[in-house]
Amino acid sequence: MKESKRAVSSILVDDDDDDDDDDDDDVEKVSWSGEPVGTFSEASTRVYAPELRKPKSECKDYFSDWSPEETVKRMRKGKVYSLERFRSLQDKLLLLDEAVSAHDGNVITAVLIYLKKSLSKEIFFQELMVREIALRHYVHYLKEMEEQKTLVELMKLPFSQDDAIHVQDHYTLLERQIIIEATDKKGEAEIFKKFPRKASILNMPIITTLYYSCFYHYGESEGTFSSPANIRSTFRISEKQYILTALGARAKLKSWFDVDSLFNTKNWLGYTKKRSPIGFHRVVDILQKNNAPVQVLKDYVSLIDDAELKLSLAQKYKCHDIVIEMYRDLKDRQQLIVYQGKVERGSHEDRKIDQLLGNMQIRWKN
Amino acid sequence: MAAHLSYGRVNLNILREAARKELREFLDKCAGSKAIVWDEYLTGPFGLIAQYSLLKEHEVEKMFTLKGGRVPPADVKNIIFFVRPRLELMDIIAENVISEEKLPAPREAHILFVPRRSLLCEQRLKEQGVLNSFTNIDEYILDLIPYDGDLLSMESESAFRECYLENDQTSLFHTAKGLMTLQALYGTIPQIFGKGECARHVANMMLRMKREFAGSQNQILPVFDTLLLLDRNVDLLTPLATQLTYEVLSCDSDQCVQNGFKFAQKKPGEGGKDLPTEPKKLQLNSAEELYAEIRDKNFNAVGAALSKKAKIISAAFEERHNAKTVGEIKNFVSQLPHMQAARSSLANHTSVAELIKDITTSESFFDNLTVEQEFMTGVDTDKINTYIEDCIAQKDPLIKILRLVCMQSVCNNGLKQKVLDYYKREILQTYGYEHILTLNNLEKVGLLKPQTTTRNNYPTIRKTLKLWMEDANEQNPNDISYVYSGYAPLSVRLTQVLARPGWRSIEEVLKMLPGPHFEERQQLPSGLHKKRQQGENRTTLVFFLGGVTYAEIAALRFLSQMEDGGTEYIIATTKLINGTSWVKSLMDRPEAQIL
Repeated sequence: MKESKRAVSSILVDDDDDDDDDDDDDVEKVSWSGEPVGTFSEASTRVYAPELRKPKSECKDYFSDWSPEETVKRMRKGKVYSLERFRSLQDKLLLLDEAVSAHDGNVITAVLIYLKKSLSKEIFFQELMVREIALRHYVHYLKEMEEQKTLVELMKLPFSQDDAIHVQDHYTLLERQIIIEATDKKGEAEIFKKFPRKASILNMPIITTLYYSCFYHYGESEGTFSSPANIRSTFRISEKQYILTALGARAKLKSWFDVDSLFNTKNWLGYTKKRSPIGFHRVVDILQKNNAPVQVLKDYVSLIDDAELKLSLAQKYKCHDIVIEMYRDLKDRQQLIVYQGKVERGSHEDRKIDQLLGNMQIRWKN
Repeated sequence: MAAHLSYGRVNLNILREAARKELREFLDKCAGSKAIVWDEYLTGPFGLIAQYSLLKEHEVEKMFTLKGGRVPPADVKNIIFFVRPRLELMDIIAENVISEEKLPAPREAHILFVPRRSLLCEQRLKEQGVLNSFTNIDEYILDLIPYDGDLLSMESESAFRECYLENDQTSLFHTAKGLMTLQALYGTIPQIFGKGECARHVANMMLRMKREFAGSQNQILPVFDTLLLLDRNVDLLTPLATQLTYEVLSCDSDQCVQNGFKFAQKKPGEGGKDLPTEPKKLQLNSAEELYAEIRDKNFNAVGAALSKKAKIISAAFEERHNAKTVGEIKNFVSQLPHMQAARSSLANHTSVAELIKDITTSESFFDNLTVEQEFMTGVDTDKINTYIEDCIAQKDPLIKILRLVCMQSVCNNGLKQKVLDYYKREILQTYGYEHILTLNNLEKVGLLKPQTTTRNNYPTIRKTLKLWMEDANEQNPNDISYVYSGYAPLSVRLTQVLARPGWRSIEEVLKMLPGPHFEERQQLPSGLHKKRQQGENRTTLVFFLGGVTYAEIAALRFLSQMEDGGTEYIIATTKLINGTSWVKSLMDRPEAQIL
């Protein structure tokens, strides 16, 4: 019994690495049992292919007649088969194409393994390149078997032109981060002692890196690798993104002066005015999240364009002066009276409201 | 017998029984006392097939979880590994077996691969030198798992990715096999309709498989009249939208699919309500009465349903005052367990509903929903969306961003190059350049792509199929659009139209959707043609290739119970998905990519 088993297994799938005595394993490996579909309701007898029990001589005639179609069918059904008889390149490719059209992953992989061992690498890769499905299976196989080197040879980076720019940026960023990390790790400057770093900057996204730079390296000249200005121009960060990020960082450090400078622009007459690519209500939001005092908040609330939004935020953050002025502009006496109830008795705001309410020249609408 | 599987038209218990029989046979093959070492992932699906009691009947005395080192001691003759065919698990098994063989009296080892064997895995075991140590190595073909009386899933998490991203149709092959098994138990399905490339492949494979067994005729009286195969990519929009049915909102995303869920825990210090602190696990399917009632309702209708139920239960408890005679009292007492169970279930669901309400009434939920509905109705889909911009700036979870940009792209039939570039750059800069791989994947499957033609078919499709229903009535719905508060899932609408008046009436629209549409007929042996009674409904099996959402399931159930609908639906799929799990399956990290 054992002898015939061994005899049969010697003409099964050619395993070149087979210098061990695991003949039985070969048999088990290739002839996994599987029921033909459709006989589910019958008794599930899981039996190895009976052909195994036949002596070698009988089997030999049996194998040589099987076409690719036959072979693949047998593989799918878990019956004994032989791939060795497919010797010519043409036969092997026919076998591969037949396996692919059968869709069974295990079968495709088994054929690929055979082809890999029996074909030169160049030809094998060449043929794979024009067979997308087979290629996919092979890549999957290599990944599973962790054959990185082969995979690297096989794969080309499938990036489009635009994406290539992003990839380049990625490399540049990593390089930059390594440099910054090397210097900052020592943490000599005052700021690192006051606000120790929580994590390394390596592998962080660009916006996070910019934030870090605005936090720890603000004001450095554009020449240095770690300055916000340099990062902004190297990575072509939009004005909006830059201001948002710098705002967050400076607000966290409570550098209200720096925050102020972010929004200063000079108009054509040479006067400084405030401008923001993001709505000032967003600025107020971010400032408030960083616990900015009311004196700072009110400067930005007053810059909000949308009156309704301005009013509601002014109320929310208790910018009394602004609320009072707005009600005055709206000539809404009722609301002013209501609001007076919310301010502290005898305070500056309280008196201001009194003053307005007593003003005969204002034509109140209610 | 799982009671919930035999509600409805098709008795899925038959499928379950067949699966149990297979399991029993394998267990008996490993004669003697045994311990099972479980791949944790399998305990969920297996729990739907067999309880411990069945295993005990076949001498399973202990159960362990698969982990490294040694298999814990147990006085049994056999150790059986129940595992998925994954290489990393093979290494663990090898470790277990090697330590086992060092013991003075090693137990016999067996492996049961679920749902099928793999050449690579067995090769791995051979390399580890342990392949010889196993007495039995078998596969347990668990393709279609019955989740409920009308729901089957293969739980193949990579099916969508394999089919649409990697062009690997192995999962379709197994789908076809699963369908052949189903036909073996429930009869040949006479009519097959399909839409999509994958649908076409599956149908072809089924017909070919049938031909291969030309000799044998299936004599079972057909239970299904029609099979409808639908590619997921025919309707990419539906899984992206936030689902609004109770079932979905109450689930802790990934927990859903195991047919039970844990309560989301309330953050400490909020509200001051006292809610259960440890996660409670509930087995939820149509067997739990209250759940069956409210699971598919739009969340906005759940409150009313719960209060109604509360009144009924209170009234029932009040009955005790009316019970005067001994007979009446006895009657009341016998009802008590049922009433108490109902009351406890009500309490649970009310707590959950409160938790959900906190989320759905939040500003961020509302804003998100508003933007989604704008896209679905075609508002400003060609511009950079400020809400999305803001979310990126605030560094909201990446999946949320991806869902929204993909939605915009799908509703616009691709984004203008400028808009796409902008989103891509913002995403890469904010979340990291490594996500370029994910963005590539999303483009390949058609979720986030540049506009190729200026023609956007989506508005036409939307109008013709009436996908947007202005006054969707969430409380008493009259149309499937209630599941998304106004948006009718395209996939379900196609199903609905197929039944009545038929796809011929929407030929033009079908052509705008990807992939071929087709019809096939399978020969039934003479005498087996179903004679339908007056007013008897047809039964259609709808198979979603690439995943189905609970909202679509709710919508199909709605169609099933419509008064003069004419058709009842059984739903099958490769995987139960939600927007998050679905997009996640397409994400790639560089470590996973060999570069």
